Amino acid sequence: MTLFLEQLLNGVQFGVMLFLLAAGLTLIFGIMGVINLAHGSIYMIGAYAGTWVAAETGSFWLGIPAGLAAAAFAGVVIEFLVVRRLYGRDHLDQVLATFGLILIFNQAITMLFGRQPLFVSMPALLDGSVELLPGLFYPVYRLAIIVVGLLVALGLYLLINKTRVGMLVRAGSTNREMVRALGVDVRLLYTLVFGLGALLAGLAGFMAGPILAVQVGMGEQILITTFVVVVIGGVGSIRGAFFASLILGIVDTSLRAYLPGLLRQIMVGPEADALGAGISSMGIYLLMAIVLLIRPKGLFIRNS
Amino acid sequence: MILKKALLAISVSAFAVLPALAQDAVKIGMITTLTGPAGYLGQDVRDGFKLAMEDGKLGGVPVDLLVEDDGLKPGQGKQIAERFLNEDKIKLFTGIVFSNVAGATVPDIVDSGAFYVSPNAGPSNLAGKECNENYFVVSWQNDSLHESAGQLATNLGYKKAFILAPNYQAGKDALAGFKRYFKGEIAGEIYTRLDQTDFAAELAQVRAAKPDVVFQFHPGGLGITFLRQYEQAGLMKEIPMVVAEPSMDGVTLAAVGDAALGLNLTSHWNSDFDNAANKKFMDAWNKAYNRPVTYYAAQAYDTALAYASALKATDGNIDDADAFRAALRKADFESVRGKFSFGPNQHPVQDWYALKVEKGPEGKPIIKTVGEVFKDHGDAYAAECKM
Amino acid sequence: MEKSLKRPALLAALLIALIALPTVADAAGFAALTSLATRVLIYGIAAASLNFVLGYGGMVSFGHAAFFGIGGYTVGILYQHYSLGEPLFGFIPGTNQMLITLPVAVVLSGIMAAIIGALSLRTGGVQFIMITLAFAQMLFFLFVSLKTYGGDDGLIIRRANELPWLNMRDKHTVYYVCLAIAVLFFAVLWRLVNSRFGNVIVGLRQSEKRMAAIGLPAYRYKLVAFIISGMGCGLAGALMANFLRFASPDMMHWTKSGELMIMVILGGVGTLFGPLIGAAVFIVLESVLASWTENWQLGLGLILLFVVLYTQGGVQALGARLVGRSA
Repeated sequence: MTLFLEQLLNGVQFGVMLFLLAAGLTLIFGIMGVINLAHGSIYMIGAYAGTWVAAETGSFWLGIPAGLAAAAFAGVVIEFLVVRRLYGRDHLDQVLATFGLILIFNQAITMLFGRQPLFVSMPALLDGSVELLPGLFYPVYRLAIIVVGLLVALGLYLLINKTRVGMLVRAGSTNREMVRALGVDVRLLYTLVFGLGALLAGLAGFMAGPILAVQVGMGEQILITTFVVVVIGGVGSIRGAFFASLILGIVDTSLRAYLPGLLRQIMVGPEADALGAGISSMGIYLLMAIVLLIRPKGLFIRNS
Repeated sequence: MILKKALLAISVSAFAVLPALAQDAVKIGMITTLTGPAGYLGQDVRDGFKLAMEDGKLGGVPVDLLVEDDGLKPGQGKQIAERFLNEDKIKLFTGIVFSNVAGATVPDIVDSGAFYVSPNAGPSNLAGKECNENYFVVSWQNDSLHESAGQLATNLGYKKAFILAPNYQAGKDALAGFKRYFKGEIAGEIYTRLDQTDFAAELAQVRAAKPDVVFQFHPGGLGITFLRQYEQAGLMKEIPMVVAEPSMDGVTLAAVGDAALGLNLTSHWNSDFDNAANKKFMDAWNKAYNRPVTYYAAQAYDTALAYASALKATDGNIDDADAFRAALRKADFESVRGKFSFGPNQHPVQDWYALKVEKGPEGKPIIKTVGEVFKDHGDAYAAECKM
Repeated sequence: MEKSLKRPALLAALLIALIALPTVADAAGFAALTSLATRVLIYGIAAASLNFVLGYGGMVSFGHAAFFGIGGYTVGILYQHYSLGEPLFGFIPGTNQMLITLPVAVVLSGIMAAIIGALSLRTGGVQFIMITLAFAQMLFFLFVSLKTYGGDDGLIIRRANELPWLNMRDKHTVYYVCLAIAVLFFAVLWRLVNSRFGNVIVGLRQSEKRMAAIGLPAYRYKLVAFIISGMGCGLAGALMANFLRFASPDMMHWTKSGELMIMVILGGVGTLFGPLIGAAVFIVLESVLASWTENWQLGLGLILLFVVLYTQGGVQALGARLVGRSA
C-alpha cells in the first residue's frame, strides 16, 4: 500500500513538472496559434542560467531569480524577433523557424558552457526525506516540486478566471478576432503570454536542475511529452493541460512500475521485462492516440 | 539548372577551401560526435588523441588530423568517411564513439582497404564473425565492461542483486554481461527507457525488493539523473551500488558530486594509475585542459600511441598495408593502462580493476583504484573470428 | 506559352547534369559528390512523398519517418534472414534481390500507412500532426527494443541488394539505380498530381465542404493519398538501407520526420521538384557546414530562420524571384 502511494506521488510529481511546461505551450498554441518547438530550449535556458548562478554563488536560492529572469528574457526576445513574424503564418513555417531556434540555442549553450553537464547541489533545507506516513519516506525536494507546481496551477487559475488579462486570454483562446475587435493591444497581450509561458518553462528547468542532468538537448527530450499533454488536454485549455499532465504522469509512472510485474505473471521473466518496457515507452503515445480517436479535439474541449 | 549549378559551385568551393595539406604528412581521419548531449565524449576523444601528437608528429612521422562531427547520425558518419576516403585519400581512421555510427561506417572503411582503430565503440556485431583484419579496437569489447562489474559484485560478496538498464541493445548486453559473472541471485530486473527523466517508479521497486546490491547501466546524462535521484531517495546509504565505467566517468562524477560517494565501479583505466605513461598523460591533460579527465580521453590517447607505434615501425609508409597491419598488431607501445595486447579478433586483452568513489584530499569526491577484478581478460567473440 | 516550353528544357538540362554528375565529380577530384548526390536523390523521393500529402493535400504528417524506417527495415530484415539462411517466421525466406525487396518494402509501408492513416485522418489540424507523431514514436520504440534485429545498434547489411547484370558494389551503379528510380518516381508523381485524383486532393485542401457538396468521399480520398505517400517514403527508406548498407531505429526517430518536413518547406511546399531541391540544400548545407566548423548547427539554424522569415515559399521561390528580377 505504501508502495502504491509512493508511486502515486511519483506520478503526481512528474505530472506537475509536465504541467509547468505544458501550461505555457498550450497558451501559446491556443491564443496565438503558434507551434513553438523552441519551448524546450527555454526550459534548457532556465536550467542552465539558474544552475550556473547557483553553482557560481554557492547559493541555490539565488539561482531561482536568475533562471526565471533568463528564461523570461529569452522568451520575450524570441517573441519579439521571430515569433511575432509568424502569427497567422502556416504551421509549417512555425515548425521550421522554431526548429532553427532549437539548433541555434543548443549550439550557443555548448559554446557558452561547454559540453559537460552542469552540477548544482541541493540546499540543506530540501535535502533528505520525510516520513509522510508510517513506512512511507519521500524526498523533500520532490514534495517541494509538487507544492510549487500546485501553487502555480492555483495562481494561473486565479489569473485567468479573476483578472482582466485572464479574461482577454480566455477570449483570445476561443475567438482571436473578437479580442482584436475590442481594441485591445493584441501585440502586448501576445508578448505577455509568451513571456509568462517562458517564465514557467524556466521555473520547470531550474527545478529539474538538481534531479536531472543539466545538459544540451534536455529540452527536446521533454518537449514531445509536453506536446502530448497539450493535445490530450485540448489545445488552449489550461485546465485541460493540468488534468492531462496529472493523468499522463500517473499513467506513465504506473505503467513503468506495474506493467512488467503483470506481464511476468503470464510469460517468462526477461521477455516480460523487455516487452513491458517497450509497451510502457509507447504508453503515452498509445494513450494520446486513443484519446484523439474518441475525442478528436482533446479531453477538455467540447466538440463542436 | 541554375540552382543545380549554384549548388554544385557552392559545394565545390566549400571543399576547395579545405586547407591545403603538406605533402609528406600522413593523414588521419577522425569521425566523432561533437554535438548534442553526448558531445563531451567526442570532445575528449579528440583532445585525448591530440595530446599524444608531439609537435604534430606520431612516432616521429608528421601527421595531419582531420576531425569531423557525425552528429550521432549513422548516415552522416558514412558520408564523412566517404569523403575522407575518396577525396582526401585518407588511409587511417579513428574517432567513432557510438556503436550505431560504427555499424554504418566501419564496414565501408575497412572494405576499401583503409584502417580503423576504435577509441571507444566495440559492438559485438563487429567483434565475432564480421571481424576484419583492418579493424582494431583499443578500448574494450562492450561486454567486458559489464562482465567485470558482475565479477566485482561477486568478489564483494553480494548475494542478491537488482539490475537496471535502458531497453536497448547496449542495455540488454549490459545486463546479460553482468549476469554472466555474477554468482548470486537476481532480485529484480528492470528495463528503463532511453527518454526517461524520472526514475522514482523504479527506485520505489528497488527499495521494495531489498537487494544487497544494485547494478545499473545508464551512460551519460541518464546516469547522472539516475544517480542523483538514487541518492535523493536515500538509497545510497541503504543499498550499495556497483556500476561499469560508462555510468561513472570523470564528467559524470563532477555533475553528480557527493551523491556518488561509496559507489563501486570497474574500469580498465583510472587517472591514478601508477605508471610512467599514465603520469605523462595526466600531466599533459591537466596542463592543456581545465576540465575533468575521462577514460574516453585515455582511450583516444592510447589509440594515438598505437598508430604512433605502427607509423614508427614502418617509417610512415602506410602504402604497404600488410607491414603496417603487422606493426599495429604488435601493440608495441606504453599504454596508460600498463599492460595491453590485442586478442585474435584484434580487440584488447587487458586487466580490469575495482574502483571506488571516495572523498578526496580537497574534499571533492574522487575515483580511487582499490583492487583488481580480471587479469588478461579478452572477450567471448574472439572464438568466432576467423582472420 | 513561354513557360510551357521553358520547363521541359529545364528538366532535360537537370537530368543531363545529374547523369553527368559522377563523371564530372570524379574528373574534378570530388569523388564523394556522387554519394552525396545519391543521398539527395533518396531524401528527395522521401520529401516529395511527404509533400504529396503535406503540400498538395494539406495533411501535415509529423510521422513520415515511420514509413521511411519500415522501408529500410524491410530490406535489412530480409537480408538478415537471407544471410543466416533462416526463414522469417519459419516460412518466409529472406532475400537479397532488389527486384523483390523494393516492392515488398513499398507494399509493407503502404499497409502501415493504411493503418496509421485510417486512424489519424479522423482528426485534423494540430491533432493530426501529433497523432501521426505518436504512431511514428510507437514504431521507433518497438524497433529500439527488437533485440533480434539489432535494437538500437541497428542492422548491418554487409552487401547491398543485387540487381541482375549490375555490380551493386560500385558506387556509380548505386547512384544510377537511384537516379533511374527517382526519375520514374517523379514521373509517376507528376502524372498523379495532374490527374483528376490529384485535383481532388488539392480541392480537399482548399475546401473540404465544397468537395463534400459535389459528393466526393473526402476521407477515402485523403486515405488513398496518405497510403501513396507512405509507399513513396518506404521506397526511399529501402533505397537508403541499400545505400548505407545499414538500417537503424534512427531512421524513424521524430527528428527524421522533422528533417523531411524541413526539406519540403525549404524547397517549397506544394511544388513537384521543390522537395528535391530542399533535400539538396539541406544535405549540402549540413555536410558543408560540418566540414567547416564544429559549430555547424548554429549556421544551419540561422539559415533556416532566414529562409522562413525572409523568403515566401522556400528556396525555389527565392530562386525564381531572383531569376525573374534579373531577366
